Amino acid sequence: MSEQFTDFVLDDTVYRTTFTRKFSMRKIFKGFDKSSVKAFIPGIIREVSVNTGDKVNTGDKLLILEAMKMKNLVTSPADGVVKHIHVKTGNKVAKSQLLIEIQPY
Amino acid sequence: MKVHKLFFINAKVITMSLATRLVDFFTKKKTIADDTDALSKVKQQKLGKMTARDRIEAILDENSFHEYDLFVEHKAEDFGMDKKFLPRDGVITGTGDIVGHPICIYAQDFTIAGGSLGLAHARKITKIMDHAIKLGIPLIGINDSGGARIQEGVNSLAGYGEIFYRNTLASGVIPQISVILGPCAGGAVYSPALTDFVFVVDKISKMFITGPEVIKTVLGEEISMEDLGGAKVHAEISGNAHFFAESEIECFEQIKRLVSFIPWNNNKKAEKFEPKPPKPDYQISQIIPKESTTPYDVRDIIRALSDDSDFLEVQAHFAANIVIGFARLNGDTVGIIGNQPMVLAGVLDVDSSDKAARFIRFCDSFSIPLLTLVDLPGYLPGVDQEHAGVIRHGAKILYAYSEATVPKITVVLRKAYGGGYIAMCSKHLGADFVFSLPTAEIAVMGPEGAANIIFKKEISEANDPDAMRRVKVEEYTAKFANPYKAASAGYIDAVVTEDELRDQVLHSLHIATDKKENRPFKKHGIPPF
Repeated sequence: MSEQFTDFVLDDTVYRTTFTRKFSMRKIFKGFDKSSVKAFIPGIIREVSVNTGDKVNTGDKLLILEAMKMKNLVTSPADGVVKHIHVKTGNKVAKSQLLIEIQPY
Repeated sequence: MKVHKLFFINAKVITMSLATRLVDFFTKKKTIADDTDALSKVKQQKLGKMTARDRIEAILDENSFHEYDLFVEHKAEDFGMDKKFLPRDGVITGTGDIVGHPICIYAQDFTIAGGSLGLAHARKITKIMDHAIKLGIPLIGINDSGGARIQEGVNSLAGYGEIFYRNTLASGVIPQISVILGPCAGGAVYSPALTDFVFVVDKISKMFITGPEVIKTVLGEEISMEDLGGAKVHAEISGNAHFFAESEIECFEQIKRLVSFIPWNNNKKAEKFEPKPPKPDYQISQIIPKESTTPYDVRDIIRALSDDSDFLEVQAHFAANIVIGFARLNGDTVGIIGNQPMVLAGVLDVDSSDKAARFIRFCDSFSIPLLTLVDLPGYLPGVDQEHAGVIRHGAKILYAYSEATVPKITVVLRKAYGGGYIAMCSKHLGADFVFSLPTAEIAVMGPEGAANIIFKKEISEANDPDAMRRVKVEEYTAKFANPYKAASAGYIDAVVTEDELRDQVLHSLHIATDKKENRPFKKHGIPPF
C-alpha cells in the first residue's frame, strides 16, 4: 500500500485511513452569517432603499438586485442597524460580492 | 434536391428489371451506410474518436451485428430541414452478440447533424428499446450527441421523453448500459442516468445539464468543460459514471466483462462459469490487521473469497469508502458490498449509502445474491453530512437491504459499530446468514468512545483520569468488543475462522439457491430517494 495514511478521529478513536478528494474539498461549516448581505447572483443594483445608520427589521427591503431581467428584492437577514453600504445604484456586482453589512441587535 | 430522392425520380420503379432493382438497392445502401461511415471516419478521427459503426463492431462479436432502420428519414420541414437528408437520421440501431449473449444496441453518429436527436432518430432508438424489452435482452446505448435537434422543436423533446419512458419501463426488466463517447448535454444525460451502468472515457466523455457558457452567463462562475462534467468528475465526484476507462477500446473490454457477470433479463440467472479456487496470494489472516484502527484493502478480502480472485469493481473511484462489484463464487455471480477501511475508515455517508443502495437494488432485480463484508465505525458525523441529508440518503441502504429478497449473506470481518452494524445487512434487515470472525467486535460504538460515555463520572472523579480511562476502556473491550454478545442473542449465526470462511459462504449460497420470500402485496414501495 503506497498511500499516505492520515489520522481520522471518530467517537474518540483514532483511525489510520485516507481521505477522498471530495471529502478533502468539502466546505467547512462556519455558521449562518446574519451580518453580511451578499449578492446571490451576479447583476446590477437598481435601487438602494436604506442609509447607513438606519434601523431595520428582519425581512425589511434593503435593495433591488437585477439579474437576468428580473428585479430581485434583497431583504435584511436580521434585526439591527445598517452598518455599511458597499454599493450604489447602477453598480455591477459579482456573485457573492458583499453588498451591505448589518449590525444585529 | 434531396440526394436519396434521386433514385425514385430517375428510375421508373414499376418497369425496373430485377438487375436494376438490385443495383438500385446496393447504391442506396452504399450511399447511406458505407459512404457515410467512410466520411464519418475522417471527421471522428480528427476528434480522436471512433465512428458509431466501428464502436458497435468493437463491442459486439465479429460479424454478429445486424442493422435495422437504415432507410429511416426525418419528416421535419422547418428551417430548411426539408432539403436536408440525414443518413440513418444520425443513429445506427441493431442487434448482435457479446460473447454469445444477445444484445440490442444503438450508437449515435456525431458526424450527422452533430448526432442531434430529432423525432425519427428518437423513434429508431425507442423501437430498438421496445425490442430489447419484449425479447428480454440487454440494451447498450452509445451516446455521442450535441443534444436536441433545435430545428424540430417540441418533436425533439417528445423524442427524449419517449426514450426516458422506456428506460423506466425497462428498468429492472433488462440490464441497460449507457456509454458516453462524446458530449452529452441537457436532456441527453437523463437517459443514461436512468440506466443501470454508465461508462465514460477520459477526455472524450462530457456530461452536464447546462454547459460552461450558460453557467458563466447566469452565475458568473468560470469553469472548463472538463472540470464541469468530464469523465473523471463523473467517475469520482458526482458518481454519475460507473466505469472509467482511459480509451474507447478499454471501455469496450469493460462492457464485455460486465455483460459476462449479469443475466440477460430478470427471469434468468447469470451464466454459470467453471468454479475455480481463489489465488493463494490472498490469505484473509494475512490481510486483516489485528488492531481495529489499522487500515487494509477490503478488495483483497474479496479476492481471497472469489473464484480465481477475480473481482469486477463498480464505481471504483466514487465514494471509495464502500466497495461494490461482481465476483463469482463456485461459478455463480455474486454482488459484493464491502466497507473499505482504507478510505475514510470505511464510514457510511451520503455518497456511500447511495452507491451501495443502488447496487443492491440492481442485484435484487436480477436475482444476484448479495455478500456483505462489514468493517465500519458507523455513519460519518459532520455538519456537511447532516445538511446534505445523510438521514434520507443513509436510509437508502436500510431500505435497499430490507427490500432485497435474493440470498443475503453477511460477514463481520472486524468491527461493526452502531447504526453501521444495523445498516450493513444485519440479521435485523433480513440477512439469511450472518457470520463473524472470532476477532470481530459488534457493539454500539468503539471501546474508547463507549468508555468515555459510560464511565464519564468515574473517569472525571478519578485521581488519575487517564489511567482510569485506560482501565475502563480495557474493561469495556473485554466485555463487549467481541462477537459473543451478538452471537448469544442469535444475531450472528456462526463464528468462523478465517480458514473456514469461504467454505461457510459457499455452503450458504448453495443452500439458499431456491430461496423464496413472500412479502405483502404492493404496487411498489417508496424508497427515500
